[in-house]
Order: sequence, then C-alpha cells, then structure tokens
Amino acid sequence: MSATRIAEFGESLEAHGVSWARTDADGFASTLVESLVEPAVGVPLGYEGVSLDDAPVTVDPTPAELRAATTGVTPVRLGVAAYGSFLVDSDAKGSEPVSLYPERHVAVVRGSDLVADLPAALDELGASYAAEPSSAVFATGPSATGDMGALVEGVHGPKHVHAVVLEDR
Amino acid sequence: MAVDDPTEKAAHIRHLLATEREAVRENTSHFNRERYRASAEYEGYEELRSRAREIKEDAIERLPELVETVRESVEANGGTVYVADDAADANRYVEEVVRDQGDTVVKSKSMTTEEIDLNEALEAAGADVYETDLGEFVVQVADEAPSHIVGPSLHKSSDDIAALFNAHFDPEEPLSTAEELTEFARDYLGDRIVEADVGVTGANFVLAESGTITLVTNEGNARKVAATPDTHVAVAGIEKLLPSIEELGPFTELIARAATGQDVPQYLSMLTPPSDSPSLDFDDPTTPLSEQGSENREFHLVLLDNGRTAMRDDPELRETLYCIRCGACANSCANFQQVGGHAFGGETYTGGIATGWEAGVEGLDTAAEFNDLCTGCSRCVNACPVEIDIPWINTVVRDRVNRNGDEGQFDHLVEGLTPDAEPGGMDLGKRFFGNFETAAKLGSATAPLSNWLAKSGPVRAGMERALGIDRRRDLPRFERETFRDWFEARGGALVSADEATREAVVYPDLYTNYVRPERGRAAVRVLEALSVRVQVPDVPSSGRAPLSQGMVATADAKASRVFGALAEHLDAGRDVVVVEPSDLAMFRREYEKFLPEASHERLSENSYEVVEYVFGLLENGGDAEALAGPDADDPGVAYHSHCQQRTLGAAAHTEAVLDRLGYDVVLSEAECCGMAGSFGYKRDYYELSMAVGEELATEFGGAHEGRRVVASGTSCLDQLDDLLERKPAHPVELLDPARR
Ligand code: SF4
Repeated sequence: MSATRIAEFGESLEAHGVSWARTDADGFASTLVESLVEPAVGVPLGYEGVSLDDAPVTVDPTPAELRAATTGVTPVRLGVAAYGSFLVDSDAKGSEPVSLYPERHVAVVRGSDLVADLPAALDELGASYAAEPSSAVFATGPSATGDMGALVEGVHGPKHVHAVVLEDR
Repeated sequence: MAVDDPTEKAAHIRHLLATEREAVRENTSHFNRERYRASAEYEGYEELRSRAREIKEDAIERLPELVETVRESVEANGGTVYVADDAADANRYVEEVVRDQGDTVVKSKSMTTEEIDLNEALEAAGADVYETDLGEFVVQVADEAPSHIVGPSLHKSSDDIAALFNAHFDPEEPLSTAEELTEFARDYLGDRIVEADVGVTGANFVLAESGTITLVTNEGNARKVAATPDTHVAVAGIEKLLPSIEELGPFTELIARAATGQDVPQYLSMLTPPSDSPSLDFDDPTTPLSEQGSENREFHLVLLDNGRTAMRDDPELRETLYCIRCGACANSCANFQQVGGHAFGGETYTGGIATGWEAGVEGLDTAAEFNDLCTGCSRCVNACPVEIDIPWINTVVRDRVNRNGDEGQFDHLVEGLTPDAEPGGMDLGKRFFGNFETAAKLGSATAPLSNWLAKSGPVRAGMERALGIDRRRDLPRFERETFRDWFEARGGALVSADEATREAVVYPDLYTNYVRPERGRAAVRVLEALSVRVQVPDVPSSGRAPLSQGMVATADAKASRVFGALAEHLDAGRDVVVVEPSDLAMFRREYEKFLPEASHERLSENSYEVVEYVFGLLENGGDAEALAGPDADDPGVAYHSHCQQRTLGAAAHTEAVLDRLGYDVVLSEAECCGMAGSFGYKRDYYELSMAVGEELATEFGGAHEGRRVVASGTSCLDQLDDLLERKPAHPVELLDPARR
C-alpha cells in the first residue's frame, strides 16, 4: 500500500487524538511492546508473520481478565485514511469487547487494509454483505462526551487509542 | 392549549431565561459554529444534502415494501421483527422480552423510546432501567425531559450536574469537575451494563436488505449496551429504514457534521444482530472469550409506527419523516439558543422540527404549545442535512391550530380589521398581525392621530389585553405620505425609456410604503443614478404577515394577486426590486407553494433584493461614482443582514457593495434579530425577543460602538431601534446620492 496513504492515515489519526507507529513484520514485536500499558489482553491478529505471542499480552482472555485489563490489542478489518477510523469486527474472537472495555486500545492495522475514505470503506463492507452481513464498528479516536458540561475523553470506551501500522502487510 | 394563558407562558420563558439560558446558549451556539465550519470545509456538502434528501424521499415512498424486506432479513439473520402500532403496543412487546430475560435493562440514547415512555412502562412492570448515555443519565436522575434531541442535558452546566449527583448519590468525595462527573457516571453505569439482562438501543438508520442497524455515538455506551447483555432490543421508528448499505454513504458524511461539526462520530456501529461477538459472562473466571460462544444472543427489532403512517399520508407532514434528528435546526435557531427545548419542544422532540414530530405522534394540541416559537426566520432551512422546509411545517401546523379554535369574546374587536380568509375563533393577536395591511393603510391615512393613539396608555392596555401586544414595545409609526404617494407626487420615473439601461419595478411592500418610505425613496434614487427606469405600481402586500401567523389561505390568495399585478411588468422585461427581505423570501421560497411552477419561476428569477440588484448593476458596468460613499470621517458600518435574506444567499451582496464604495463594514453573527415580524410585539414573547436581540446589540457594542448601524429588514431596524441609542438605517440609504 502506498506510503502516501499511510501518511494520510497517520495525519488523520493524530487529528483525532490517536497516537501511532509504523513498523514491519520484523519490528512488530518491539514496537508493540512499547505501545502497551499492562495488564494487556488481546485477540489473535491473524496476520502472517506477526503475533502477540511473545508480548506481555494475555491472548484470548476470560471476561474477568478483560475487565481487569488496561490495554486491549486487536486487529482491525480496515483503516480509513481520511478520518483515521478503524473498522473493528464483532467477531467470535472478541475483537469488539477487547477494543472497547480496556482504557487503552491498541489497533494493529495492515497497510494493505487502508482505504481512502468512508464511502470506500462502506463499499467494501457492502460487498461483504452480499455473502453474509456482519456486525462491525467504525471507531475514530477515543470515546468522548460533552454531557458533563465540558469535553471529556474516556467514557464508556477507551480513553487512549494507539495504532500500529504494518507497512509490509 | 397553553396559548390560552399568556402570562403563564411569559413566566415560563422568563424562568428558563434565568436558569437554562446560559448553558443552552453556550452549547447550541458552539454546535452551530462547528456545523458552519465543518460544512464549509467539506467539498460537495450541498450535493450531498440533495442526495440524502432524494434517498429519504424514495425510502419513505417505498416504506411498506422496506418493512417487509427488513422483516425477512432480520429473521434470516436469526432475529425477530415486531411492528408496533403505537406506544402501548411497543411497550407491551419490550416488557415481554424483558420479563423473559431478567429485570435489569441498560439503554443507549433513543428519542424514540422517550417518545413511547418505555422507561416508565418497564419500571411499572418491575424492571430497573438505566440510561447509559451520560446526557440521558443526567435527565433520568434529574427526572426531567430532554432539552435537545442530541444533547438531552445540554441545559445543565457542570455545576448543575455536580449538585444533582452529590445530592442524589451522596458520594464519599463530593464531585465537581466534568472529569470527575464523567468518571463517576462511567463507573456507576459500567457496573450496571455488566450485570444487565437486556440492552435497549435506538437506531439512526435501519438497512432493510441486510437487517443492519446503524448507531451514531461518541461515548461508546451503545457499543457496550449492544455487545454485553445477550439480549438486544432495538427500537426504531419505521421512518429509519433505508433500502441498503448502498444508500447509507451520504448520511454517514452528513450526520455528525450537521449535529456537532465532527467529520465523523467517534463510533459508527453497523450492527447486524445477533452478532458473533462472544457472550460476556463476567462472573465466569475460566472460559476464554473464544469459547464463550454467541448462541444465547437474541435480537428484537421493534419498528414503531405511532402515527408515522398517517404522517406519510399527510402531504404537509410527510417531510418530517426525512428527519435524521441531528439537532441542527435547534442549534441554528435564535429562539432555541435562548430557551432550549424546555420551552421550544413538546413531549419528546425539541427545536423547529419538533412541531412536525409532535403534531404527528402526539397531536395538534401538543404542537400548539410551542409552535409559536418558530418565527419563520428560516435559518434552519440551510442547516438541515435533508433539506426539510422546517418553517413551512411550522406554518402549516399553525394554520391547523388556528382552525381548531373556538369563537372568542373579542372576535368583534378585530372584525373590521381582518378581511381575511380565516375562520372565526383563531387567536385574535394572530389575526390582527396577519391583517397588518389593513392596520397600516388605516394608520397611514389617519396619521398622525393613529401614532398618537398608539402611544396612549389606555389604548396600549387594551391592545395588550385583547391582542396580546406588549405595551413595552413601540408600535410602528405610520407615515402620512406613503412611498407611492411620494413617487407619484415627484412625477413618476425620472429616467426616460431612451436613457435607461434597464427597467425595474420597486415593490412597495407594506413597511416601505407605510412605515419606512425613506427606504423606498433612497432605493428609487439609487437605481435612477444607475440609469434604471423605475416604476412603483400599486401591488398588494405579499402575504408575509398572514403567513407568519399561519394564515395559509390568506397568504395564498395574496400570492395570486401579487403575481397578477406584476405579471405585465415581468412580461415587459422589468425586474422586480424588493426592499423588504422577508417579502423577497416570499417570492422566492413560499410562493413556490402557492403559484403554478412557471409563474413562480418567472417571478422569483426576476426578483432581487435592492442591494443585490445594485451589486448586479455595478458588476455590469454601472457607475459606482454615481452613488454616495463614506465621508472622510465615516465611523464605519456595522451591518446586520436579515435572516431570510441570508438563507436566500442575498446578504453577501450588501457587504460587497458597501465595501466597493469604500465603507468599512463589519457583519453580525447573530442568526436573527429576535423581532421576526410580529413576534417581538407579543406579550408572551417580548422578553425572549429582547434576549435574542441583546446578542446582536452586544455584537454591535464594544469595539463597534461607534459604527453606524445598518440593517436590511424592517423588523431588524425596529429591534435595533429599541436596543441601541444609535438610529439604524437601511443600507440603500447609505448609497443614496441625495446624501452627497
Ligand atoms: S429537521 Fe433537519 S436539521 Fe432538524 S433535526 Fe431533523 S434532520 Fe436535523
């Protein structure tokens, strides 16, 4: 995937208050470790050549471990360059709760899964509906509210969001 | 109807101005500014609005078919669809689901469940119901109604909420900041979500083909509510249906921008339940997520009719169903910014579109209680992401309310003054203002006597009692010599047909003719200085006054007469120049409803706001030197363009012309002056009108204190006259060669 799209994605992430790092399969393990605040839980990434196994991450946690975790690491289905959004699947591995419950979400996204904008992402999602409609969420930045009289980040969802972009995947 | 007790209404507004104004104003004007910024930055925003509108029109047209489609798709996915006729029907269904599952319900924000009072119904059936959106949580704890479609608690400041929570929950350490309050609510509600048996959400859109519900949120609570308990109930009005994901695109780009100015919400959930996401049994310490399974997940989609099918069959209310509930109409409304939804709202819905919703789901009486707060300023028209003509819905409902009244004791008082097409029994004040033409003619013919009378205490007391005209407000001063009298007395057109570059009619609107003829005289001299041959024919009033009172039939009849009087001039190639922006707005916008398409097109395309017309003349070689410019010591100009003029996009021309002539111009930001025709004269609304006006006065004070104040609308001029020491003028008076 083009370096310009990754750069655009990165800019959008920053504009929405999301920190990020770019790496490749070789550098992934060390990059990931730097992004964690323990205790961390995660779901298997399913990307070739990278995994959470060597990191201090409890993969496939129990619900109790999930509730106690500070960081949740998940793969994402797509990244949206224009907005810095992730499309997180409500899959059977638990990507939805793992990306949602802990205070910190670390999203691992493949460069090849970045699309230009939301309409393009909806097109991809729509195409998959033909086979089987699924559940997923476009998440952009930390959860936020203005309902208590001022903008506060970190409400029901994560307060901190960090992206790890795999340039060679 | 609440209108029957005017003093009570004024007292309620006074109370809200004192208690909720500050927070409402801060929040709504912030959203409004952000919307302007976000929509201007997005290329193609207007095309997107039109596309969204088309999609909604089509979806509502195909609604019965879409209901069947979604029933099939949701059932194929393993869920259930229930179409509920009304609130009781929907509540009964959800109660049954809850009874089967347990007794703790967590909810994400849903105006539709507010509409049917679902919480009350579930609680009466023995369930504990927790709102998890923090704004909804606040109003639930406070036991208040939402004050805004998007921000239910935006009438409360951090301090208000801290006081509420400290009293209600008695925490060990008293809470004070927004951070502390958020943290407290998150922890408290987090525990409720984890132990809940049923999660209830609304839906922003329902995609029929795939059975997907789309939820737009920022806090993440809707995600948790949908993903945590095994049973998910989504309650959505039937109007939320879209054919498929293919039609969703424009809405995902529009909704957050229109609502809060965000490019995208934090969370855009696309749920096609029951999902594969593992059940979350937090008490289970051993089974990992991947082995929790999702077999116990259940999904119920409750599609609510509750009057919507009837709205769909009602050609005037149908448009309401296109509403995506973004709140932009509330945020852009000058009145709403002052009092919020606790005055400008019904049982559930708030802001301009609430009139349509409440008339449709509750009935006319509920809509009648707040419908008058729409002044028809039209600032919401361009704000609405689906191009709903919100002022028109308000006008139509007002008309229906008028026709519902009983004959009253004062009817005889206005009889001679009200040669209209309306029924007896309608609100007398409305009837009086709707027939302002008659009063103006009489007032002018009998000036100055009429003006002396208008200042007399006993007369004003009587007018206040019978017509609801606030005695604190100066009445218009009628001029004995009308604009048309002046034009005839000077011998008509001074530019001959041979010398003329163009020919134009200056429309003698009511106010220019009888109350502010100086504007008309200046307009004639300005146009003549630019070699336009001007005529001022006898043309009836536009119908703006009756329309603003909901007198649709009267306005319709006026439209035909105005067109009849102008048709010959249009055919002769004359342009129609309009001084009063609200009348230009009639020609361009509302006459579309009253005239055949070709007539409307001909009139609207050839009508111009006076300075807009000057702009065109100057652009086409007109000699700016022929007009008056600033003196060497000119203090500069503070210009407030008229609300409807801005909606028409006819305001920038005034700034450009003044600028070109060398005036130093600053513009107001206030959406409306607050006078809005008759609104500011009414006893019920005088204080609200002044509160809106204060915003404008504040803008023109401070650093702009010394500037000459200029405004295009009669109402704005009257309002500024009442608010400022400086005497305001119409911009065309600044251009008047007679000034030199
Ligand atoms: S009427 Fe339009 S502006 Fe108002 S809430 Fe509905 S969609 Fe938004």
